[in-house]
Amino acid sequence: MMESIIQIRELHFARGTHKIFNGISLDIHAGQVTAFMGPSGTGKTTLLKIIGGQLRPDKGNVQVYGKDIHHVSQNELYDLRKRMGMLFQSGALLTDINVFENVAFPLREHTRLPEQIIRDLVLIKLEAVGLRGARRLMPSELSGGMARRVALARAIVLDPSMIMYDEPFTGLDPITKGTIVTLIKELNETLGIASVIVSHDVNETMSIADYIYVISDGQVVESGTPENLGSSSSPWLQQFLQGLPDGPVPFHYPAENYRDDLLAGR
Amino acid sequence: MTTRFIEIMVGLFVVLGILALFMLAMKVSNLSGLTRSDSYEISAYFENVGGLKVRSPVTVAGVRVGQVTGIVYNSDRYEAQVSMRIGVMHDYFPIDTTASIYTAGLLGEQYVALEPGAEDDVLKTGDTIEFTQSALVLEEIIGKIVVKLTSG
Amino acid sequence: MVTATIQNLGHWTLSLFERMGRASIFFVRVLAAVPSTFTRPRLIIKEIYSIGVLSLTLIIVSGFFVGMVLGLQGYVTLVDFGAEESLGVVVAITLVRELGPVVTALLFAGRAGSALAAEIGLMKTTEQLSSMEMMAVDPIKRVIAPRFIGGIISMPLLTIIFTAVGILGGRFAGVGLLGVDEGSFWSQMQANVDLVDDVANGMIKGVVFAVVCVWIALYKGYEATPTAEGISLATTQTVVNSAFAVLGLDFILTALMFV
Repeated sequence: MMESIIQIRELHFARGTHKIFNGISLDIHAGQVTAFMGPSGTGKTTLLKIIGGQLRPDKGNVQVYGKDIHHVSQNELYDLRKRMGMLFQSGALLTDINVFENVAFPLREHTRLPEQIIRDLVLIKLEAVGLRGARRLMPSELSGGMARRVALARAIVLDPSMIMYDEPFTGLDPITKGTIVTLIKELNETLGIASVIVSHDVNETMSIADYIYVISDGQVVESGTPENLGSSSSPWLQQFLQGLPDGPVPFHYPAENYRDDLLAGR
Repeated sequence: MTTRFIEIMVGLFVVLGILALFMLAMKVSNLSGLTRSDSYEISAYFENVGGLKVRSPVTVAGVRVGQVTGIVYNSDRYEAQVSMRIGVMHDYFPIDTTASIYTAGLLGEQYVALEPGAEDDVLKTGDTIEFTQSALVLEEIIGKIVVKLTSG
Repeated sequence: MVTATIQNLGHWTLSLFERMGRASIFFVRVLAAVPSTFTRPRLIIKEIYSIGVLSLTLIIVSGFFVGMVLGLQGYVTLVDFGAEESLGVVVAITLVRELGPVVTALLFAGRAGSALAAEIGLMKTTEQLSSMEMMAVDPIKRVIAPRFIGGIISMPLLTIIFTAVGILGGRFAGVGLLGVDEGSFWSQMQANVDLVDDVANGMIKGVVFAVVCVWIALYKGYEATPTAEGISLATTQTVVNSAFAVLGLDFILTALMFV
């Protein structure tokens, strides 16, 4: 097992009175694809934001590259962030500049490279996601999948050692989904970039993850390699993996007795 | 929308702003008023300045040549001392020039009118105009008329 | 019942202080980011274009019409006293001291302020600000500060242009249409408008209103709830709060400057 680059210990986080994380501990290792899975609303995106230092946990400790990301100076925090890329669900491209400038944005902000080198670097990254020909398009002219690929090119332009993907497969057609799966795999294998994937798309996630944490009700309920999880006997996990509508996780949001509720209106 | 176009437009915008400021300074307000280096200051004593104010115009033959810079009461002469700043190009006022306070129109603003005399020596900075004619105060005239009418 | 009312009042007061505190912290953060932004004049120029240049048509047309109306109304009043030569003074003093700065600020809030709030609110909604943070770029430095500087450069310029165009509008109505003597129109104006007392004080108003309007617009956009409804609320509040702030401050500044 390779060294762990992110260590989360006893993490607690609440939004108002609603507890999102209730003592989570986990590790993310260099060079691996780690996935967080779980039903909607279990705070998977929140977890990425906590790792990125955008949200502060109520309790607990998050070490990124050996530093407590919530207790470093702004400069140190920004240095850490330059080493992690993040792919937002929407792509979050800057809408007032074109594809090329979007990918060039981190370079222009953080380096003083000559224009020629910026151009080369941007074209290399755009070629990697197959969109070198789309460099002059504006973000509003891109489809959802293309926007996500441009965002991916932007996320890797500073050559981070880790990329966080927020729901990378959601809302894409099967072909584009396949493209993204391949891209994540290639980036991981050829560049050795650690990948953190947050998703509830079981098949895609199982196919590329090295290690999976299943999160529910603010806790890690299961963890292991895809093979381990697939052969797990937990009925809850089997319901989740096979997508059954009812089971240990009820179909209904907690409510009072149906009959009483209907009659109460009389 | 190229960077070049944006920069040109912003440049024009700034030029337009500066032109407008220039207009406010030179044409609307009195920056074109005289500065110390291109003017000289003289003064005159009046029994009554009426509604004359600082910055009122000083004219000769109806042409503006300067402005009033100060009005103070002189307790030695029991008169008001009016200081005026005159442009250096108008340095031809003989020392027996007369200064009068007139009103532009019936209710208009008051101004100082200079009427050149005949001497050879001309007024210089710090000189005082000896011959003055005070402002006509409307109430005084009306009062006189009323007295005349009632007594006659 | 009474307790509930008092509690509501208390809640409202506390939340007012909280909002004022947040707005002040935001202001300080923006000010802190201003010096480093001057090293990137391109960003500022782009904002001067979208904030200032694009508001220019509105400002010039409005200024001309406001000036013409002042010319007509001033003439109607002054001609009764045979004092229509003073029309230039009336038009210029009104515009330079009051209408120039105030109307420009109100128009600015409606045109550029609401656009700023909506733009930043939308950038927040579409996670653009968040993604910048994750790229180790401070949105306050990259997005907010250039707009702040751009607005504070643009709005006083717009105020000056509005005032100058308004005076030309007054001249057009008074001299051009109603036949007031051109010479006395300008000379009386010059004799009675002071560069420091009137023009400079009017410009100070313009700068103060600029800071307030831009601050409100940027803060409302930055703090907007990231939903469609939140953005619409932010733009509305930008215009309403700017109007209140400008009119209230104008009263205070006028009392300090001209009384």
